[in-house]
Amino acid sequence: MSTAAARLIALPARRGRRPLPGFGVSLGLGMAWLGLIVLLPLAALAWKAAGLGLAGWLHAIHDPRVQAALELSFGAALVAALLASCAGALVAWVVVRYRFPGRRLLDALVDLPFALPTAVAGIALTAIYSANGWVGRWTEPWGLKIAYAPAGIVMALVFVGLPFAVRTVQPVLESLGRDQEEAAVSLGAGRFTTLRRVILPELLPGLLTGFSLAFARGLGEYGSVIFIAGNLPFKTEIAPLLITIRLEEYDYNGAVAIAALLLAASFVCLLALNAIPLLFAHGKSDG
Amino acid sequence: MARSFPASPSDPLETAAWLRWSLIALAGAVMLLLVVLPLAMVLAAAFAKGIGVWFAALVQPDARAALRLTLFTAAIVLPINAGFGLLMAWALTRFEFRGKRVLLSLIDLPFAVSPVVAGLCLVLLFGSDGWFAEWLAAHDIKILFARPAIVLATLFITFPFVVRELIPLMQQQGSDEELAARSLGAGPWRMFRRVTLPNIKWGLLYGVLLCSARAIGEFGAVSVVSGHIRGLTNTLPLHIEILYNEFDSTAAFAVASLLAGLALVTLGLKFWLEARHGDALARTHRRH
Repeated sequence: MSTAAARLIALPARRGRRPLPGFGVSLGLGMAWLGLIVLLPLAALAWKAAGLGLAGWLHAIHDPRVQAALELSFGAALVAALLASCAGALVAWVVVRYRFPGRRLLDALVDLPFALPTAVAGIALTAIYSANGWVGRWTEPWGLKIAYAPAGIVMALVFVGLPFAVRTVQPVLESLGRDQEEAAVSLGAGRFTTLRRVILPELLPGLLTGFSLAFARGLGEYGSVIFIAGNLPFKTEIAPLLITIRLEEYDYNGAVAIAALLLAASFVCLLALNAIPLLFAHGKSDG
Repeated sequence: MARSFPASPSDPLETAAWLRWSLIALAGAVMLLLVVLPLAMVLAAAFAKGIGVWFAALVQPDARAALRLTLFTAAIVLPINAGFGLLMAWALTRFEFRGKRVLLSLIDLPFAVSPVVAGLCLVLLFGSDGWFAEWLAAHDIKILFARPAIVLATLFITFPFVVRELIPLMQQQGSDEELAARSLGAGPWRMFRRVTLPNIKWGLLYGVLLCSARAIGEFGAVSVVSGHIRGLTNTLPLHIEILYNEFDSTAAFAVASLLAGLALVTLGLKFWLEARHGDALARTHRRH
């Protein structure tokens, strides 16, 4: 966007003149950067998807293999986001509310999935949870197959989603005062009632935000999943992997059809993330 | 804040000891199974055949080429996303304009979009029947399956990290100090250098740190556009995949241990920044 255009859409500042410098330059260059790096590539996808038409899109999506991959991807991301939210709330609660040796280490380790490359996590999780791995050798005799099964996909997605779930709940827990809880207890509420009626409503926006972030991340995740999944068509083949397979087959339309659906899901997640603070606008969380 | 109150034996909010320790044990078990074991696994498998084999896997020519490409990519991506992120954060936190909310959500897009979808988008732009195919062919420029596409994919994926870190920080700080500098006669550049930059430097570093971790580790988007040419367009994470698929798992884990070491350094630096310079970070990262 040009500087002149940026000035046009700007609201008049106090005293008629903008007191700080660089509005046109920073917004113009920032928009150019956003446009070239992010919006232009996404526009190319949207354009190709529109070119397919509804009939072409439905035709590509109707393939049973695509259906199976989409069901697996959405299902695994949903289950993993739920599990990550529960585990994340537990870890956040323990780290904020209790004092015990190793607390700070536990807190620091939460961010490891952010920092560890997904491919590294993928091969490590596979080695641990496959039939002769550290954990897999104990679970498989009991009939619990994790690596090369949907359970392994969920496992990898919980791994990448956990930091989102913890870090969105933790600040809310930290800022939660004792007053309301004490009031509830002094009015005769049990611990469970206090948790359900006082703490949970405060945590809900954070929990939902963490869930949405973990779901969005899990739906598109590729690196950590493809090693542990086994990648059998109709069984353990996730949608992002099927996109790369269609690309390698030069089936651009097939790839675009799946990608357009995933992109639409990303937009829905973003909308949800933006709507959560508005829905809970009466709260005082600073998310 | 709960911690600031000494818990007396008759504290009505005190959890029973058995319940407290069960919850701590459960949280510890989750973190052990999910986070600690993979880290231990990487180290155990990397050194399974001795330190000599580990070292050989790292100095092997393809591994060195992959390391060079990974560092090359990060060296281009970091300054670009930091510089433009700073500009965007300035525009978004110091001025009011229409469409600001939309812009804020657009910034988050790369967080929500699948890396594979991001890679596909670049293929659609620069591939053999992409938007720019003819022009690129006419000028003999190769982007896809070459370094430029790897850089572009990484730029896309790491786009939000710095700007997302700076926006809440600069919002909290407000513009009073900058306005004061201006009214005392400081020029724009002087105001930026003497007031803005010192205020945001730790937040900027924090964002760059997160950005670099992701840039070095990015797999999905880079995988789609790289072409997987050994010694030429393989980054370290892609090199791990090739070694792993060739059943050379010791070498794969050796390279993985290098990246895991980098991740631990990142984590250590992040923790240090939060503990030491927490006041200069966005409020959600403060740890005291």
